[in-house]
Amino acid sequence: MNYTEFEIWLIITLMAMGTFAIRFSFLGLIGSKRIAPLIERMLRFTPVAVLPGMVAPLVLWPTDAADGVTLIHLTASGAAVATAYITRKVVWGMLVGICLFFGPAILTLI
Amino acid sequence: MTRYSERSAFWTGATDVLPYIAMVVPFATLFGVVAIEAGLSLAQTLSFSILVIAGASQFAALQLMLENAAIGFILAAALAVNLRMAMYSAALAPHLGHAPLWQRACVGYLNFDHSYVLSVARYEDYPDMTLQSRIAYFFGVSLIIAPFWCFFTFIGAKVGVWVPADWEASFILPLAFLSTVAPMLKSLAHMAAAGVSVVAALALASLPAGSGLLIAATCAMATGVFVETFMEHRV
Repeated sequence: MNYTEFEIWLIITLMAMGTFAIRFSFLGLIGSKRIAPLIERMLRFTPVAVLPGMVAPLVLWPTDAADGVTLIHLTASGAAVATAYITRKVVWGMLVGICLFFGPAILTLI
Repeated sequence: MTRYSERSAFWTGATDVLPYIAMVVPFATLFGVVAIEAGLSLAQTLSFSILVIAGASQFAALQLMLENAAIGFILAAALAVNLRMAMYSAALAPHLGHAPLWQRACVGYLNFDHSYVLSVARYEDYPDMTLQSRIAYFFGVSLIIAPFWCFFTFIGAKVGVWVPADWEASFILPLAFLSTVAPMLKSLAHMAAAGVSVVAALALASLPAGSGLLIAATCAMATGVFVETFMEHRV
């Protein structure tokens, strides 16, 4: 990471302001305005549109891994997706993925 | 009488949110761990959780910071992850739109996945709740869960200092993203959007950090809307 102290605080402040503006938006308007149906439809797809694209290069080309993508990266990622998809609970996917990925490292400590 | 029912609405909200605390605790702890590993100070890590209070976007910002993306791209991607909350705001407005401005501002600050989902469900089940009871229920949910988010970020930041540097702790980020997205893949349109996002992001990976992602996300969103509209007209 290569940012000055000031830049990091700038990112935090602007993100806080932007997030508040989004959350307050319709509550702040006088009366109960309705959101346009097409816009609402697009908004529903934002997490599914942003996060997979962010994750794909991380799984296939992990940057701080010494030897590139390994079986353990792929197994942990696959297990996280499968578990979260089947249980419909974010937390189970995360726990299974993390146990598989960091399990071997933790075992070496014991 | 009204005092009493407001108080009980607050505690109903506080009780309803308890199961969700089990989900917030690991997420918050991991954010603390990864933020410290990435090089943020304790104050910066905590400020993130206190001022932004939006898990997925905090992780997204952190990931792009690790890639040294330009600040504009960090903000654009992180705020794009939060755009869905404009929809929450619109859904809450008919129920809470007549509350005083300062209360609506507080609702805006505390308007996240859990408080939105639980509150709108409650308001729809009990349409004759008074405005003050609705506000009290909302704050019951959000004021219980928000301190857990902040406190466990702090715990995570403290634990993060002890995680060995060669553990590749930043791989927690993709694992968190994958687990967040998987339960959202509930229709063909969602899967198509996710697929386009992956393919386009990989194809554009050589562009400056963050910029390919924005193009990929825009294409993916358009794909989702297109497929959903197409499916509706077919049946």
